[in-house]
Amino acid sequence: MSDIPTTNAQTTNARQLSALEVRAERERIKRNWLLSMPAMILLLLGASGPLLIVLVYSFMTPGDYSGVIWTPTIKAWFQIFFAVDIFDDTIGLADAHLTIFGRSVRLSLITTFLTLIIGLPTAYFIATRPGRQRTLWLFLITIPFWTNLLIRTFAILEVIRNEGLLNNLLRWLGVIDEPIQILYTDTAVLIGMAYVYLPLMVLPLYASIDRLDFRLVEAGYDLYANRWQVLRRVILPIIKPGIIAGSILVFVPSLGAYVTPRVLGGGKHMMIGNFIELQFGQGRNWPLGSSLSMLLLVIVAVALIFYVRAANRGGSDEQ
Amino acid sequence: MSNKPAKPFSIKHLPGFTTIALGCFVLLYAPIITMVVYSFNSGQSVALFEGFSVSWYFEAAKNELVQEAALRSLIIAACASGIATVLATMAALGTTRTRNFPGRTFIYLMINQPLMVPEVVTAVALLIFFASIKVATGYSGLAYLILAHAAFCVPFAYLPIRARMEGMDMALEIAAADLYATPWKTFRRVTLPLVAPGIAAGAMLAFVISLDDVIITEFVKSAGQDTLPTYMLGQLRRAVTPEVNAISTALLAVTVILLTAFFLLSGRNSPAGK
Amino acid sequence: MRSKLFALSAAALLAAASPALAEGELNIYNWGNYTSPDLIKKFEAAYNVKVTITDYDSNTTALAKVEAGGHGFDIVVPTNSYVPVYIDKGLLLEARPDQMENFKNVSEQWKNVSWDKGRHYTVPWQWGTTGMAVNKSVYSGDVNTSAIFLDPPEELVGKVNVVPEMNDVMNLAIFYVGGEACTEDKTVLRKVRDLLVEAKPKWLSMDYGTTDKLSSGEYVATVNWNGSTFRARLNNPDVVYGYPKEGYPLWMDSVAILKDAKNVENAKLFMNFIMDPENAAMISAFARYANGIDGSEAYMPEDMKTAPEIVAPKESAAAGQFVPTCSPAARDLYTAIWTELQK
Repeated sequence: MSDIPTTNAQTTNARQLSALEVRAERERIKRNWLLSMPAMILLLLGASGPLLIVLVYSFMTPGDYSGVIWTPTIKAWFQIFFAVDIFDDTIGLADAHLTIFGRSVRLSLITTFLTLIIGLPTAYFIATRPGRQRTLWLFLITIPFWTNLLIRTFAILEVIRNEGLLNNLLRWLGVIDEPIQILYTDTAVLIGMAYVYLPLMVLPLYASIDRLDFRLVEAGYDLYANRWQVLRRVILPIIKPGIIAGSILVFVPSLGAYVTPRVLGGGKHMMIGNFIELQFGQGRNWPLGSSLSMLLLVIVAVALIFYVRAANRGGSDEQ
Repeated sequence: MSNKPAKPFSIKHLPGFTTIALGCFVLLYAPIITMVVYSFNSGQSVALFEGFSVSWYFEAAKNELVQEAALRSLIIAACASGIATVLATMAALGTTRTRNFPGRTFIYLMINQPLMVPEVVTAVALLIFFASIKVATGYSGLAYLILAHAAFCVPFAYLPIRARMEGMDMALEIAAADLYATPWKTFRRVTLPLVAPGIAAGAMLAFVISLDDVIITEFVKSAGQDTLPTYMLGQLRRAVTPEVNAISTALLAVTVILLTAFFLLSGRNSPAGK
Repeated sequence: MRSKLFALSAAALLAAASPALAEGELNIYNWGNYTSPDLIKKFEAAYNVKVTITDYDSNTTALAKVEAGGHGFDIVVPTNSYVPVYIDKGLLLEARPDQMENFKNVSEQWKNVSWDKGRHYTVPWQWGTTGMAVNKSVYSGDVNTSAIFLDPPEELVGKVNVVPEMNDVMNLAIFYVGGEACTEDKTVLRKVRDLLVEAKPKWLSMDYGTTDKLSSGEYVATVNWNGSTFRARLNNPDVVYGYPKEGYPLWMDSVAILKDAKNVENAKLFMNFIMDPENAAMISAFARYANGIDGSEAYMPEDMKTAPEIVAPKESAAAGQFVPTCSPAARDLYTAIWTELQK
């Protein structure tokens, strides 16, 4: 009605901040930075600094069996995608690399999907348990989450090997006569990863479903929706951030998986992680290993950006 | 509200979900339980259960390599989690319950980067970085491993501490300041006791994470620096005897104990509205 | 004594102030499952030295790790074809084992070898052959051929393992197509590459721990070394060793001291130690390979004198050849093929 500034903010903006306030603000910022400094330095030394070195190495020439020669070249990046055929010098796509990439992405996507369809009902189940019981179920799902990755991989190895639980069970049931060779196949790696990353999917989903206001669900039923419609049009959209979080939490680590494919793949079904390691050993190509690492990092960063944007978009629906 | 009919319509029930959920738990635990059961196998084989015995535990305990690896794991985990927790607490103090300031997102990114960067990449980076340092200085002791572990433990220590701090009311600290307490005294006698459960949780998480690490340790270690997980990885590639089962079960037991403590701690001391 | 050393190491670890080399240490870098624990115990007791063993699964892995530096090893055990590479890179200490006390025990044929003239750097560890190990209850056909893994018979498709040792696999494949060792002939190598790439889908895995997996029956066929097969056969009588008639490599692994070793004295003691006939026999008794020390036969297990894995049958003996070190160009070609194979 009138244009007299009425809000405090406008009044504050209208006058200068006193010198004391400015100094106090600067002190605050300084204090916060100082407190965070030691952690940042540690991480610089133990994480980010070395990453920069990797970036630099990816532009160097490989040393004979290890290390690099300080001659810049983009060969390592070129080699990721293209290969010069050893015999006729034609430049073609680097089949070997693309197979490994393809396998990694494919297995990671399938793993994410599998863990989602198993994890969603599980998270829902836990979230809909009453009080004390719920803590128990949470505890039960957290134990595998915190169990050593190697132990879990070993446990699943025991199950799928030829004389393992699965084959013995199938033989006992009479479904098969000879053990099925599951180990050392892509399927083994897939089963292993799904098993190992399942808890990672359940926990964020649980967090999301936990915040779901079931009155909305009840409203849906009141409006004559059946269970399927309620699931599809009420529950799923609301827990979308949890789904995305869980998917990222499974996709990213499985893309960079190393232990599981190494133990279950028998050296034949490499994923990106194993292939990167190979470059620092038998592959004798540190720059290629470095460039592959950078590429992996970029893919992960893209996935994370995806997540952040999707989470922000879905955030408006959250209470 | 009208009375519900004889069979209540549960709005929370979705068909099939409970079955899948229970199936999921079975699937999750079956391999673990199998592994635990076979650690008590009296026979050599990992396939046939021949009889109950704890001999493999004694075998593992007597095995010097296992002893050393276990000790090394514990030392590294203790040092790394100690360092990480202290640094994470400081960082949490600097970044929570305060208005945004330039660079805070950058600090978040730096602190949380181990969560976002695939372990293989970090492992490779540290391999390269430490290799040159090792050659230059000639020192190849445990410090590298402790440094690497401390670095990736920081975010795991940071998150619970931060969560705890955010739930705390600043009024108490302001009151302390009103009573002429210096910032350090306020921290020591008001803030610290209140955040203590968060710090304890952070320290425990960092400890478990460090104990569990495989990839980074595998790449960074020098001669004779096996930790328990890298020892097991080596065994897995060669002979799989129930000794590995025994060690795994022992580690599992440690995790369960620590987790139980964690659950009890957070259950008892949660600030309002956790 | 052991617990005191243990506590000492723990204290040193905790301090982490100076390099963790307590008085009396030796860090050996060797192939997996290749070092006799009894030998190590005897050495530790004799010289009051604490020994650690780290293992590798292929020569290339070892060389890469050693060349990168900062590894902390004192001793490495490379195969003959790699020794000149180590020497050229200046990675080995010229320890002059030929001047050591026990050098007189080394067999004449191994005293002066093309890859280490006059034995200035290395000492024989064990030597053997690479061939096929097959479980005859699954496949009863001819095992004396590289076709087992290069062109597997029906019963073995999808069941053959191939050890990730590039040199051995490449040599077997090269001989199979009729080429010569260390060939750089591109037509031959192209055939080799195509052959390997085509065979790989028929393999089960490319993994290492063959001895135990053959014993347990997890592997029914694999490219393997003779001693490892011998040990598997002792556990599982169905295992037989085949000498590929197309040609198979002979090799010798030797112990060398690394130039940047921190425990040079202990390493030299170890070198001298294993040239003693009794100790050499211990090495062979564990891994079941022949060693290069005269007089050790008297102490070795009886079955080694007649085992087909050690004493090649007359008709197979001729096909074996010692593979020399190949030129860098050849090695690069082989690495390229090998990397292509890894997918």
